[in-house]
Amino acid sequence: MRSYSALKVLREGLRGHTGWQPLWRSPEPQTNYDVIIIGGGGHGLATAYYLAKNHNVRRIAVIEKGWLGGGNTGRNTTIIRSNYFYPESTRLYDLSVRLYENLAREINYNVMFSQRGMLVLSHSEAEMEIAARTVNAMQLNGADAELLDARDVQKKAPILNFRDDARYPIHGAIWQGRAGTARHDAVAWGYARAADELGVDIIQNCEVTGFSIQGGRCNGVETTKGKIHADRVGVAVAGHSSVLAEMGGYTLPIHSYALQAFVTEAVKPVMDTVAFSPMTGSYFSQSDKGGLVIGGALDRIPSYAQRGNTPMQETVLSGIIEMAPALAKVKLLRHWAGNVDVSPDSSPLIGPSGTDGIYVNCGWGTGGFKAIPAGGYLFAHLLATGSHHEISRPFDLDRFSTGRMLDEAAGSGIAH
Amino acid sequence: MQSFPCPFCGPRDEREFHFAGEADKIRPDTTQTISDAEWADYLFNLKNSRGPTREIWVHTPCQEYFVMERDTATMDVIGAHSLRKDIA
Ligand SMILES: Cc1cc2nc3c(=O)[nH]c(=O)nc-3n(C[C@H](O)[C@H](O)[C@H](O)COP(=O)(O)OP(=O)(O)OC[C@H]3O[C@@H](n4cnc5c(N)ncnc54)[C@H](O)[C@@H]3O)c2cc1C
Ligand SMILES: [Zn+2]
Repeated sequence: MRSYSALKVLREGLRGHTGWQPLWRSPEPQTNYDVIIIGGGGHGLATAYYLAKNHNVRRIAVIEKGWLGGGNTGRNTTIIRSNYFYPESTRLYDLSVRLYENLAREINYNVMFSQRGMLVLSHSEAEMEIAARTVNAMQLNGADAELLDARDVQKKAPILNFRDDARYPIHGAIWQGRAGTARHDAVAWGYARAADELGVDIIQNCEVTGFSIQGGRCNGVETTKGKIHADRVGVAVAGHSSVLAEMGGYTLPIHSYALQAFVTEAVKPVMDTVAFSPMTGSYFSQSDKGGLVIGGALDRIPSYAQRGNTPMQETVLSGIIEMAPALAKVKLLRHWAGNVDVSPDSSPLIGPSGTDGIYVNCGWGTGGFKAIPAGGYLFAHLLATGSHHEISRPFDLDRFSTGRMLDEAAGSGIAH
Repeated sequence: MQSFPCPFCGPRDEREFHFAGEADKIRPDTTQTISDAEWADYLFNLKNSRGPTREIWVHTPCQEYFVMERDTATMDVIGAHSLRKDIA
């Protein structure tokens, strides 16, 4: 067992870090598996881990066209929270926060989950009333939430704009103390290492180019490394979900958009929580290295380009300066975008795809990093048993024809 | 900042435009019985193609809806056409 401990870190420090081993094998694909998972992002890797661990499925392959976490999992702004509105959503996202709370211990890998709390700011009396309603809903659903007034907010985040002439004066905030951040790459790497240890084959630099479908049933995939067979295929490719759907003969209610993120140069500690302003659509936190990690809303134009465009960049950054004018002179260090998959009700899609043998986990849009443990846990259940876990049931694709949608566009806080 | 072509006003700042939907989606004939699945398919399902696509956009200042062809991977605009039929 290649387990990590404080002692090992100390010993390697003294030996010049020469004793570390690769975290996972790089096997060639076999011709047959029980389950194939397409997409080596957080959701795909977590699914493989829970399939092997909770359901004892032995022959599993994760197929990734690029490198692990090269999609959205390695590009997000790392916020983890469960401050949603509907009971179905809270059950899903709170399961995820609970799994995150124990994750580093469970997989013996430091994902740096830091429960530094999150503020969703209110800028008017009317917004305070909506905030009170959200806090009530969250408490009734069993998630932790508190309504803060302006003085409480100032104590938690004095860097925010409390000037009398602020364009968006802060009246208070929704506070979720168990929310926080984690290191995004570490979540992908930690699950990859844990899955590999349980025998999962992780195959990188291998693109799925088609499905093999016989008599309406999928029995495997075609890849740049040849044909691979499996009776069950799980697709967790985020922004590329529609591309796979076209190959697999099913349709999805998905729009792909670019979503941008920004990191500034490192500054001294100025912010020890997460602050989000729905009014400007901007949010930020400070990483352990000192950079401010900044995010905002989706780009306005549907796209598959993994780069952002300037109008949204201006909106997000001017929002940050409005929220915390003291940051106006801090320099940006990096800026990038991911490709996210947005569903009509801003809730994820988990369930059978419509083509026998293919299952989908997608539609996480701008908020699927927080959901990686739960998404993997529930998707593994679906792939192992062929039927829904009770928590994933409401997220089936059939909600669009039954009309039982989970419209979280407002409840989840961020515009999408 | 990208500029988009309005078939009526010419090239303008991308911020003046709004995406309205995929082109060539045909509304089911609601004088006939249609299933929930067919209706949901029309309302929600999308091609969401990677690469060249045909979409309906609106130019906010002149309020014209038109077809824009673009490449969703490169962001290149291929063309823009009016939705109006030519008056003979
Ligand atoms: C800028 C930004 C900020 C965000 N901020 C947050 C946040 O603060 N909190 C939060 O909860 N969420 C956030 N998100 C959303 C979150 O990152 C995603 O919802 C989540 O990472 C999705 O994980 P995934 O595993 O489904 O997809 P991904 O991590 O995108 O993984 C999918 C993988 O599939 C692979 N793939 C695609 N096509 C193929 C193919 N044909 N064959 C093989 N492999 C293929 C891709 O290469 C990719 O690695 C943010 C996203 C972005 C872009
Ligand atoms: Zn015009």
